[in-house]
Amino acid sequence: MKKIFTFSAVILAASMLLMSATTNNEPTSTSGVEVGDTAPAFTLKNVDGKMVSLSDYNDQKGAIVIFTCNHCPYAVMYEDRIIELHNKYAPKGYPVIAINPNDPEVQPADGFEEMQVRAEEKGFPFAYLFDDGQKIYPAYGAQKTPHVFLVDNNQKVRYIGAIDNNPQEPENVTVRYVEDAIAALEAGDAPNPDHTKAIGCSIKYKK
Amino acid sequence: MVCFFLNADAKATSCTITVDSIPTFHHFDDMEFAFSLDNDTTYVINFWATWCKPCVEELPFFEKAYRAFENQPVKFIMVSLDFKKQIQSKLIPFLEKRPDMPETWVLLDQDGNSWIPKVDEVWDGAIPVTLFYKGDKRVFVGESFDDYEQLQSIIQSFF
Repeated sequence: MKKIFTFSAVILAASMLLMSATTNNEPTSTSGVEVGDTAPAFTLKNVDGKMVSLSDYNDQKGAIVIFTCNHCPYAVMYEDRIIELHNKYAPKGYPVIAINPNDPEVQPADGFEEMQVRAEEKGFPFAYLFDDGQKIYPAYGAQKTPHVFLVDNNQKVRYIGAIDNNPQEPENVTVRYVEDAIAALEAGDAPNPDHTKAIGCSIKYKK
Repeated sequence: MVCFFLNADAKATSCTITVDSIPTFHHFDDMEFAFSLDNDTTYVINFWATWCKPCVEELPFFEKAYRAFENQPVKFIMVSLDFKKQIQSKLIPFLEKRPDMPETWVLLDQDGNSWIPKVDEVWDGAIPVTLFYKGDKRVFVGESFDDYEQLQSIIQSFF
């Protein structure tokens, strides 16, 4: 996994007293997808108990794949905005597919039953899938929750990153990255930016 | 005032707002000076938050290192990314219960995409992360520490 690799490399470098700028490590070269790559296929269990695949959305213009979860305060801050994204863009051909990547043994609040409870409470209008076995988030290279991967109708990843530029104050958002990226796709253009960074909760896995 | 001890060159005036003497920055640019101080001190800059479980779990290692390297040229800065609304209600009570915590700063800059790459190009924004540097030597650790020895060995590698 990328993080483990980075850390091991650091320890190795430290032990050899060969300090160098870690910026030499390409952030996206060790695992996961980059913009332009094919979105990894998945078939995961939805909160309604049914299996959902990315290929189920082949008749859509695309999909807004969002790695998110119950427990993370940043994920919670974006819940309403994710619902709004789906309600606005599903009719236009870009539904949200939410995926919880966390290991419930590390973060019990992110168990499948807890996901069902949260989906019910909030009335999630989109699929909320459980990455059981944690195979899918590494395939995407998701680093945190929430983390968006916008997929187009050719199953290509066209944008990776944040939903907008102000997690804590929705009223002060000035750039809506995902909405701008969809507008670009609709216009036949490449999203710009096609990659953004944002604070979030690390994905929970057993070390 | 905690901002002064960093370095004579450090822009103490950058500590524009303090809440109960915690240096608080609304814009990363105002604290960026702390990421390129050029002297013989090893700087250990950790990004964390009280709401982040793995962050809180590794704090004891930083508290131990803070004491262990007390008489060495090592400077710890714990940059809290706690929410603006929870600085008074959550962060300050948390810190009051932890007298051994190294110096804490608060960063409230919401535009992560503008400042996260300035800390390290590898960093995508998940916390915790820790940056170590002395002069031109830099080590970025993009995940939490499992034990004190991991943290200690990286600090010692700068001596």
